[in-house]
Amino acid sequence: MSDDWKLISEATASGASSVEFTDLTGFKIFKFVLIDVNPATDSESLQFQVNASGQTGYNETITSTYFAANANEAGTDANIAYVTARDQAQGTGYQWLTSTQGSGADECSAGELHLFNPASTYVKHFYSRMNHYHASDYSADSFCAGYINNAASAITEISFKMSSGNFDGTIKQYGLVAG
Amino acid sequence: MPLGAHKAALFGVAGVSTGSAVLLETAVASDDASIEFTLPTAYKQVKFGLYNLHPSAAPGPDFQFQVNADSQTGYNETITSTNFRTYHAEDDSGSGVAYRTGDDQAQGTSYQTLFYEVDDEDDNGCCGELILYSPTSTTYVKHYVSRTVGMQPNATTKSDFSGGYINTTTNLSEIAFKFSSGNVDSGTIKMWGIK
Repeated sequence: MSDDWKLISEATASGASSVEFTDLTGFKIFKFVLIDVNPATDSESLQFQVNASGQTGYNETITSTYFAANANEAGTDANIAYVTARDQAQGTGYQWLTSTQGSGADECSAGELHLFNPASTYVKHFYSRMNHYHASDYSADSFCAGYINNAASAITEISFKMSSGNFDGTIKQYGLVAG
Repeated sequence: MPLGAHKAALFGVAGVSTGSAVLLETAVASDDASIEFTLPTAYKQVKFGLYNLHPSAAPGPDFQFQVNADSQTGYNETITSTNFRTYHAEDDSGSGVAYRTGDDQAQGTSYQTLFYEVDDEDDNGCCGELILYSPTSTTYVKHYVSRTVGMQPNATTKSDFSGGYINTTTNLSEIAFKFSSGNVDSGTIKMWGIK
């Protein structure tokens, strides 16, 4: 149990198209906790991307993995599977943290994203685990991991959004290990 | 050497924060049928540390949890969940990763398994953590994730991953941990509220 995570900032999204955090300094490890993330549009996915120092836009090069355990409310389907459609191979798109989420009034996702040493001169690694209410009434436990393939520049900003449409929710930024 | 100011950082002290996590309660099991906590209302993340939980019964009961919603009776809320595991036997006779349909739930109201088959040998048990997100929400379902590790009766190390949601918009007020048979012979569970 790590009880020395420091809460750095908190953003509450209400019909937001994206949420950005622009201070990724002072810590070796950052954790973003996403709570009650409810999309405005059904069957859209929660995603993130980063921006490197001196560059423009959330479009860094990512190589990643993604797998999920899924079980539906009807009890007719349960599985664990790698999802090639949600990984990236040197892609510059937003990285999937969930598969398609439900947008019902009581439907949401929650979980964490860890970003390691964004100021380093190595590639920058990350991993996440999100549990979400799938658009087709499944519980989905999604695991993503990978690296941002930019050793030359520090990562200075991170952005969260749905694949389309706006969202509600709370995102908290924590730091661990003073750098 | 006195631990001084580092004591709280090393061991935690109830009600004292050394960061974003506030240790709220520690329960030490002693042949108890279950271990129960009243959930805090002030936190959007509640984390449970599970340490060396040892069953009284043999062979291999499952370690489980359930919750009770406000103004309702009993630990029987509706859960839809997933469960998968990685494992490796001491004699190298088996290893792998697999989904386990026997330990998920599809709108079930039973106790949710966090670790399947805990060995009851005196030097064994299971450990891990469970995170409840936004348990006091009155708008959304409540998600949880857990990861546990322990030894099965067949001398196999195993790590279980469960995630799911408690399908109610009523705020949750209590949580209970127990084994599927017998008592919780020994072990410790700590509850933190995360700012």
